[in-house]
Parts: sequence; C-alpha cells; structure tokens
Amino acid sequence: MASLGNFIEVLSGGLLAGVLYSLVALGFVLIFKASGVFNFAQGSMVLLAGLALVRSLDFLVAHSMPFAVAVVGALLFASLVMAFTAWVIERFVLGPLVNQDGLILFMSTIGATFIIEGAAQLAFGSDVYPLKLYPTDAWFALQSLFPGGVLVNKLDVWGGLIAAFLVAGLAIFFQRTKTGRALRAVADDHAAAQSVGIPISWIWFVVWLVAGLVALVAATVWGTKLGVQFSITFLALKALPVLIIGGLTSVPGAIVGGLIVGAGEKLAEAYLGPLIGGGIEYWFAFVLALAVLLVRPQGVFGERIIERI
Amino acid sequence: MRTGVDKPNDTSGTIAPGEVLLAVEHVVLSFGGVKAIRDVSFDIRKGEVRAIIGPNGAGKTSMLNVINGFYHPQTGTITYKGDPRQRMRPYIAATQGIARTFQNVALFKGMSTLDNIMAGRTLKMSNSLFSQAFYWGSALKQEIEHREVVEKIIDFLEIQAIRKTPVGKLPYGLQKRVELGRALATEPELLLLDEPMAGMNLEEKQDMSRFIIDINQQLGTTMALIEHDMGVVMDLSDRVAVLEYGQLIADGTPDEVQKNQRVIDAYLGVSH
Amino acid sequence: MLYRENGQYKTSYAADAAIFPIRQDKIAVGLLLLFAFAGVPLLAIMGVGPFGHDYIFKALLIPFLILALAAIGLNILVGYCGQISLGAGAFMAVGAYSAYNFALRIPELPLVISILLGGGVAALVGILFGIPSLRIKGLYLAVATLAAQFFFDWLFIRVKWFTNYTPSGSVNAPKLEFFGSILDSPTERYLLTLSFVAALALLAKNLTRSMVGRQWMAIRDMDIAAEIIGIRPLYAKLTAFAISSFIIGVAGALWAFVHLGSWEPLAFNIDRSFQLLFMVIIGGLGSIMGSFLGAAFILILPIMLDQLPRALGLHVSVETVSHLVSIITGTLICYLLIVEPHGFARLWGLVKEKMRLWPYPY
Repeated sequence: MASLGNFIEVLSGGLLAGVLYSLVALGFVLIFKASGVFNFAQGSMVLLAGLALVRSLDFLVAHSMPFAVAVVGALLFASLVMAFTAWVIERFVLGPLVNQDGLILFMSTIGATFIIEGAAQLAFGSDVYPLKLYPTDAWFALQSLFPGGVLVNKLDVWGGLIAAFLVAGLAIFFQRTKTGRALRAVADDHAAAQSVGIPISWIWFVVWLVAGLVALVAATVWGTKLGVQFSITFLALKALPVLIIGGLTSVPGAIVGGLIVGAGEKLAEAYLGPLIGGGIEYWFAFVLALAVLLVRPQGVFGERIIERI
Repeated sequence: MRTGVDKPNDTSGTIAPGEVLLAVEHVVLSFGGVKAIRDVSFDIRKGEVRAIIGPNGAGKTSMLNVINGFYHPQTGTITYKGDPRQRMRPYIAATQGIARTFQNVALFKGMSTLDNIMAGRTLKMSNSLFSQAFYWGSALKQEIEHREVVEKIIDFLEIQAIRKTPVGKLPYGLQKRVELGRALATEPELLLLDEPMAGMNLEEKQDMSRFIIDINQQLGTTMALIEHDMGVVMDLSDRVAVLEYGQLIADGTPDEVQKNQRVIDAYLGVSH
Repeated sequence: MLYRENGQYKTSYAADAAIFPIRQDKIAVGLLLLFAFAGVPLLAIMGVGPFGHDYIFKALLIPFLILALAAIGLNILVGYCGQISLGAGAFMAVGAYSAYNFALRIPELPLVISILLGGGVAALVGILFGIPSLRIKGLYLAVATLAAQFFFDWLFIRVKWFTNYTPSGSVNAPKLEFFGSILDSPTERYLLTLSFVAALALLAKNLTRSMVGRQWMAIRDMDIAAEIIGIRPLYAKLTAFAISSFIIGVAGALWAFVHLGSWEPLAFNIDRSFQLLFMVIIGGLGSIMGSFLGAAFILILPIMLDQLPRALGLHVSVETVSHLVSIITGTLICYLLIVEPHGFARLWGLVKEKMRLWPYPY
C-alpha cells in the first residue's frame, strides 16, 4: 500500500508539474494557431513578464503600498510591458517577414528570444527574485486512504485550476468568436487572409499580446515555485516536447501533452532513474517526444501534413 | 538538331515503337470522399506524343501523379514496359526512365540553372564520397563528362546566357525551360509534361513547341502532355485522351476528339 | 577596374568549375593562405606587433579557426541540406570525448588519428540521430535534435567511464604529440589547428560542389521533386548528417585538446549549439566562406563590446556585456533574415559585385 501511495504521490506531483509546462505551451499553441509562427521566444516572454512583475511589485511594496494594490499595479505594469513587446515584435520582426516561409519566421523568433532575454535582464536585473502570489505550503490529501496522506503542493493545485480556466477560455475564443476565426484564417495562409481584408498587423499584435498575457500568468505560477530567474527560460524549452506530443495546433493537446510529459518525467526519474544513474529528467521529455515523432511525425493531436505538388 | 545524347537503353528489350509503353487500367483514385479519378483506362504508345486534356479539376494532374508514383490509386493497374504493378514509386519511376515537369515549376530555387540540370544527371553518376571530397579521379572525370552532356542540353534549349543564374531569379517562362532541361538530363523514355506552355506568350509557346517536337522526333522520347492550348494539342499530339470529372470521355486522334460531341459539351459547360 | 574578369576566358569545364574561377580571387586567397601559414608564424617569432603575444593566438585565432570549422560542419547540415539542428554542441562533445578515450586507451595512436577517429564516432552518432529526419521535418526535427543535445549532456556527466572516473568530472587533454615532438607553444598549436581547418574546409567545399552537394541542396529546396530525378532522400540526408557530424566532431576534439586543454561537459552545452547556429545564420546559410565570417563576428563581438567602453573610459560589467551581446546578436539575426537571408556571405558577394563595376555605377 505504501508503494501505491508513493506512486500516486509521484504521479500527482508529475501531473501538476506538467500543468506548469502546459501553461507555457499554451502560449506557443496560441501563436501558432493564429499566425502559423512557431514562437521560440515564448520562454523568454515568460522571463520578461516575470521580471517586470516581480520588480514592479517589489518597487511598489517598498514604497509602502498595500500588498493587494501593489499586486494589481504590478500586473498592470507587466501587461503593459508585454503589450509593448507585442507591438515591437509585430512591427519590426513579423511585419517585414510576412509571407516568408515558416523556417525563416522560426529563426527570427530565435533572434527575438535573445533580444528579449538580453533586454529583460538589462532592464530589470539578472538575480533571482522570489515571488509569492499563491499559497505554497504542502497539503496532505487522501489521508483516509493512505497513512500520512499523499503530499501535494497547493501551488501546483492552483496552477492546475488556472490552466483549466485558461484552456476553457481560449477554446471558446477560437471556436466561437469572429476574431478567433480570423486568427485561424491567418494561420492557414497569410496572403490569402490579407486578400480578404483581414487586418494582419492588428491580428498579430492581438495574438502576441494574448500570448504575452498567458506568459504572464505562467510567470506568476513559475515565479512563485522557483523564483523569477534566467533559468526559467531553460525550463520553458521543456514546453517543446509538450507541443510535439500534444500537437502544435491543439489547445487541449497542450494540456494533455503537459500532463504526459510531467508525469512521464517524474515517474521515469523515480523508477528508471536509480537504474541508470539518475538525472533522467534532464532529457526524458525530449527523448519521449522523439519517440512519438517517429511514430506520428505530426504529434499525437496534430493535423496530418499532406504535401501537394 | 542533334543533342548528342545517347538513346536510352531499353531495359525491357521488347517494346518497339508503336507498341504500348505505359498502360493504366481501371484506375480509381480518391482523397477521403473526393473521387479524383473514376475508373480510367488508357495507354501510351512508344514514340508518340499523347495529350491529356480536359476542363479544370478533371483529374489530369492526378493522373500524372499516379503514373509517377506520388499518388497511389485505390484500385487499378499501371503497366510500364510490360511490367504490371499496383502502384509506382517516384524513385522507381526515375530509375526506369520516367521524367516529369510540374504545373508549378518544381525547380531547386537555391541552385543555378546549371546545377539544377546537373542534378538531373544524378542517376547516371556514380562515384565515392571520398573521390568527391578530393574532387579528383573518377569524381572529377564524371563532373566534366556530365557537364558536357548538360551543356548540350543547354545549347538545345537556348539557355546559355542564364546557366549560372539562380533559378529563383528567372522569369517563369525560362524556369519552365530549365525544368524541361532537368527532365531531359535524366535521359527519359517517357516524359510527362504538366502544362508546359502555361503562362507563356506566343513566342515562348512556339519555342516550347519546337523543343517538344525535336525531343520527340530526334531523341525518340515518348511524351505525355497536359495542355489547355487547343492549337498546341492539335498540332503536336498523335493521340488525345479527354478527361472530365475524373472520367475518360474520349480517346483518339486529335481530329476524332475535336468532333466528339461529349468533348464539345464538356468544354462549353453543358450541364449534366 | 581592379576586379574585372575581362580577358579571363575559361577553355575547359574543369577551369570553369574551379573553386575560385576569377583570377583576382585566386591571387587573394593564395596570399591569404600564404600569410596564414607562413606569415603569421614568422611575425610571431620576430615578435612583431600583436603577433608577439600569446593572446592573439589563444583568444582569437585558435578559437576562431575551430569554431569556423564547426560552423562549416553545421552549415552543411542546415545551410546546404536544410535540416535544422539545435544539437551541434552535443556532436562536438561526442567528438571530444571519443578522441579523448581513443588517445587515453590506445596511447600508441598518433594524435591526428585519435582526433579523426573522434570525428568518425561523431559521424556514426550523427547518422543515428539523422534517421528520424527521414520522417520528421522542420521544427519538429529541431526539437528532436534537442533530444540529442540533452541526452549527451547527461551521458558524459553520469557515465563515468567516458571521463575516466575523474572525481571532478573534468578531464585533461593528452599531450599534443606530433611526430615525436610536443606541440606546446601557441604558434605550434595554431599551425596544427590551421592545417586541420584548411584541409577539412577544402574537402567540405569539394563535396558541396559535387554530386552529393547538389543532392543536399535539392533536398533542401524541394525534397519531393528531388525523388523524381532519382535522388534518394535517405542517402542525401544521412550523408549530410554523417559529414556534418564528422566535421563538428573533429572541431570538438580540437576545441578540447588544443584550445581548452581541460574541459567538462558544460563546454558543449546548448549555449554552444546556439552560438554555432548563429554563426551559420549570420555568416550565410549554404556558404563555406560564410561560416568563417560568422565565426569571426560572433567571436569578436563580445570582445569588442568589452574593449570599446573600456577604451572610452566607461566601466561595463561582464553581465552587461553578455546581455548586450544577446541583444545585438538577436537583432542582427532578425535584421539579416529580413534584409539578406544569405547573411554576410551574400553581402560580401554584393560588395564584390560593386567592385567589379567600380568606378562605373552599373
């Protein structure tokens, strides 16, 4: 019974960690679904949002604002920063590159990643900044079933709730609204969308702004868990296997992918790790993604790519 | 005008001019619910120029793609050089002497004209990576040998001036010529041309027609071409197959087809 | 006026297909090589100017040459064959650790052979990780290459056999023994590196203008059409991975043996992979010369950003420099992708075009 409890603990910890990955992956999916661009810079956007948030929060608190007000102020400030970033990216990077093929756009987002990382740290500093926006204490669940209960972190639970809320909202947005449809049109074919009068510049600005806000939400959860610091961008790389497994265009896929990656990682570490020396978490997600791609080159939920000639 | 390219070896050995080189029988091709080709059968005889015509969406390009091996039919047989098979593969088609040009010009945009046509010689070249790395011995010898062949093709197609130009920079008409050159470089027995005249002005069409005739008469290459220009079709082709909505509605000489009422209806748009 | 090719007629296809068909280019490159091989060591011995100090060799010339070599390798895969790879650092590591183990466990092997064998192992691993590229394309492939990067990061830390069970995890390079004498001075190391790089660059250039190079570019430009003229994607992609990984592996071994001396797996982590990718993009995709230009730029940029403020009397922290490097590199990549996707190599080509016409405007 103890080992089952142990399993559930590892599993639930993994699932909830996976939700964190999903939060970052959602930003990717958003941008890809709406513009066909694979935004490598999403991780750096989480960093930027987090730094803007935590530094302004500390600043406001240091100037004796009550915490709740400071939080609102900081969130507003961070949102403005993300809006500004969205505008800059649309105007100077994506706009000039519209109608170029996907790989060029992808590489430009790699360039954007480095600009954002450098600029964020130059502007806001490169230390580790602790953040506490959610309860982070432990909670012992299911104490009646398992002696001592299953250890669950409240922060992870909050993360799960937020992710669920975001997914529902985004799914409705894409399927039911006019803007959502326009976004899907743009993703399919820039030139065609322009030719039917869809204002691409505005659409892209909106998309990157929303992705920036999703990054901000992710930053609140991650920042609380790990402190806002540069290495967050590294963890954001883990969102890539999530996208592979969940598919680049599926919002629910991002969640499912995140759960699979998170749970898979932690379980592999706990059960396979001791056999081969530990530290498997480092690469497991990526090798898993590779394995999935070998079987289904478009990911689990992705759309089949049919090449015409 | 001779190009100096050797006539390709007949691997089957038994197909004489006038006999059937390629036959498709009862081919059905569908994509999900859409039936692109419904039970089409026709053949192509060695040495002839076969036109495939029909209104847009009739399944002509799909038919070429089936012959080529890009699409695999749900049912039907493709018999090439007496060898029947369920499906063709692009690589096998290439090794057995089927070459192709495309409606939307599938050239290698990052390479020059010369390199594109040289790429067509791939199957005729064989040497080790080692000798290529040192650019000596058999690699150097073959580079020059095949360069000579390619230059003859370039002369034939009158594209000497653009041999070093990256093809992405060429106007559409010249790109189509380069693509033809690349197909010729493979020394094909059967050359499939998908709308070779599309987008060309009168002079370019005259040049292209001249090339097609020369290729057919001097090299003996069997050709199948999809074309919309009726004048070209009537002048160049020996036999014509007419497709409409995925079905074969006429098959015969240009004169016969021209007088066929169903064909006239199809083009004038009589509702069915 | 200086750069016209008037009067230079080619009378054979071999002459037309030469690497430097224009006579002025031949002369320029010849002089450059002469200077590199003979001039620089001479200046070093005489102690003239910057060549009298070790710094220019250790901090500039040697790393430049080795990284340029790695960039050539990556360019073959990304620029010529169109397969995105974010795992170049891992292949440098494979080359370095393989060469190390060969040199360590078979001490009779000459140094050059150990290094080449290191490249060979990297090539085999490259083929293995290249197999997925047959089914996986574009950015999916990029993520797959990250699997290689992280896996090898982990492997060389955890599996102690590779590092000969050293307690710290870092290893020391074997002595650079070349035909009996130990290559110790920076000048000697520079010449060893230069020889490797010049030789491999030539081989790479030859491959790109041969049949296999055309196959790579065909796959890059339109892999579906490539099959129809008889190019096998399997052969083309796997040879690209193999050759690319071989060159990157040799570069890795050189980096470890000649430049670093002692190293740990972090030397080849994902930052290195991105650095190489940037060199390739900035220098020019699909250009051997571009790889040199890109490597020079990426190497010199942080040094310039460090020295320039200092010369002006401003104090700039190391961190600030690294952030500025990030920003400038990123901006340059975006700018080049918008304005000139073929990087510095194409810009250089445009300069040469202008020189051909000078002093006439067109």
